[in-house]
Amino acid sequence: MGLENLLLGFQIAITPYNLLVAVVGITLGTVIGVLPGLGGANGVAILLPLTFTMPPTSAIILLTSIYWGALFGGAITSILFNIPGEPWSVATTFDGYPMARQGQGGQALTAAFTSSFVGAFFSIVLITFFAPVLAEIALRFGPPEFFAIQLLTFSSFVGLGGGNPIKSLVSILLGFILASVGLDIVTGQLRLTFGFVDLMKGFDFIVAVIGLFGVGEILLSVEEGLRFRSERTGMNLRVVFETWRVLPRYARTFVRGAVIGFWMGFKPGGATPASFMSYAFTKRLSKHPERFGKGELEGVVAPETAAHAAGVAAMLPMITLGIPGSPTAAVMLGGLIIWGLQPGPMLFKDNPDFVWGLIASMYTGNIIGVLIVLAFVPLFAAILKIPFAILTPVIVVVCAIGSYAVHSSMIDIWYMLIFGVVGYVFKKLDYPLAPLVLALVLGDLAENALRQSLIMSQGSLAIFVTRPISGVITAAAVFFFVLPVLTPWWRRRRGLPQPSSHAA
Amino acid sequence: MRVADLVTASALLLLGGVVVYDAARLGIGWGTDGPKSGFFPFWLGVLLIVMCAAILVQAARSGAARPFVRRESIGPVLKVLWPAVATVVLMQWIGLYLASVLYTGFYMRWIGRHSWLAVVAVAVGFPLAAFFMFEKWFLVPMPKGPLEAWLGY
Repeated sequence: MGLENLLLGFQIAITPYNLLVAVVGITLGTVIGVLPGLGGANGVAILLPLTFTMPPTSAIILLTSIYWGALFGGAITSILFNIPGEPWSVATTFDGYPMARQGQGGQALTAAFTSSFVGAFFSIVLITFFAPVLAEIALRFGPPEFFAIQLLTFSSFVGLGGGNPIKSLVSILLGFILASVGLDIVTGQLRLTFGFVDLMKGFDFIVAVIGLFGVGEILLSVEEGLRFRSERTGMNLRVVFETWRVLPRYARTFVRGAVIGFWMGFKPGGATPASFMSYAFTKRLSKHPERFGKGELEGVVAPETAAHAAGVAAMLPMITLGIPGSPTAAVMLGGLIIWGLQPGPMLFKDNPDFVWGLIASMYTGNIIGVLIVLAFVPLFAAILKIPFAILTPVIVVVCAIGSYAVHSSMIDIWYMLIFGVVGYVFKKLDYPLAPLVLALVLGDLAENALRQSLIMSQGSLAIFVTRPISGVITAAAVFFFVLPVLTPWWRRRRGLPQPSSHAA
Repeated sequence: MRVADLVTASALLLLGGVVVYDAARLGIGWGTDGPKSGFFPFWLGVLLIVMCAAILVQAARSGAARPFVRRESIGPVLKVLWPAVATVVLMQWIGLYLASVLYTGFYMRWIGRHSWLAVVAVAVGFPLAAFFMFEKWFLVPMPKGPLEAWLGY
């Protein structure tokens, strides 16, 4: 039954219009991924208003293609410029940039793109088979289960995020608080508006994403002193084929990276730890660990495979449960609601053409993507040669256009600037931004699930632990929430040294 | 760094207080049809206050004297920020496109010291392209001012 549906999906994804949409999306996405201040999440957010008039399936294909493109674009800047556009590209710079400096940029780029493709493909195949099963299970979920999953989502930011757990929690709370501003649709009361008409509409997550990630990122990169010193791409067909001949040697690295990526990736915030884990494992198991960090091809393969497998896996909870696994998936989820679709397990029943069109387009999009980036790397790399004094105003104006387009309201451009400054300060002080955005998107859904659960139980919180499925999920969530407290205690008991980074 | 940490956490703590105050006004208990409007925000606010207090304690204890921004890098940041703010102010009167022309042109000339030819080409060309893309192609209207009105848009 799965294959039949997939075939239906391909019939939708392979129409000339949707293929064109994918090509445009990937090209735009790669440009967005290369440009400083524009990443996957805000690239998708800025272009979201343009999809309002498109058919939903084409719209989601455009947005996912931008996402794939941005993932590829991140690899280009990491290897050629030593600038990781996204946190999960950091591990790619370890060996990618040294390779480029030694004149092996072509090999590094080919390996990165191929690994991305392999990792993504692995996750897509798993999604194809797991998504319908997971959706089937999720159909039996009630409000307590959904609230428990929300808890699990946010607990994994606290437990696995790697930063300061208290600051992660503050980001989550702030996102929920911002989401509650405005009209409460259940009771019809105004919350946190204090009589200001402008606050009645609340804060739109698209504007928040553009400000936090777009404007904030520009301010950060200015402070760090923007100087792009590009290494030569050294890309041609011969290099591509030569690298491909070497790559099968790293079959195990590919499999390990893909499995780690998928496993970490369907949990929120998993892409970054996945890329580092894959890199660390590969280094430890390698016969030549001393070569890592100096330009080892395997050191590019490992993190890239894992990062892309994770990036794709983040789509799984979004389409089956309606819970996004990453900020970019969160923006897409917002898009789904705007296009009039109800995210969650009912999608598979109500809009099979949309879901399967989307899944099939993941296959076509990644194939088109790897071909486009392999062919046009020098062009994409040239974008960073555009002088900074031109890029800055252009990106700020594009961000302003994207913010205004959401509601045609001037106040949103002001919010964008404010969120930009907040993003800059938060990033410097180690408050993670991704959980804030996710909480802002999921705020209303989470609160409704909580309310309905409490109505079911006449106000008793016990409902989350007494129902079997939600009990298990809640227990897992609680475990992640206390993990940051547990780990130091465990280390002290075993007499292990405390990691110095958590001392603060 | 420490001062910035303390200031941010204090501001957020204050915000938590505002949230709790507003939630108390709305009612934090059980209404006729389930939890009242203030129920969820109230607990968010309470948790925020507790967490910010913890951050304040953490920050006060840490002795890290690394400055939040180095003196020489605050300049470039402000040089990006204030023209952007000025542009948004201008947008309300003269529209997004004309404001973009002035902003891009000014920034290119001031920071980049590009030739007047390049300045004019980019500063006019980019907003013009954006105009056709959004107003004509995608039909997403942007704020417009007297110039566009005079041209009949």
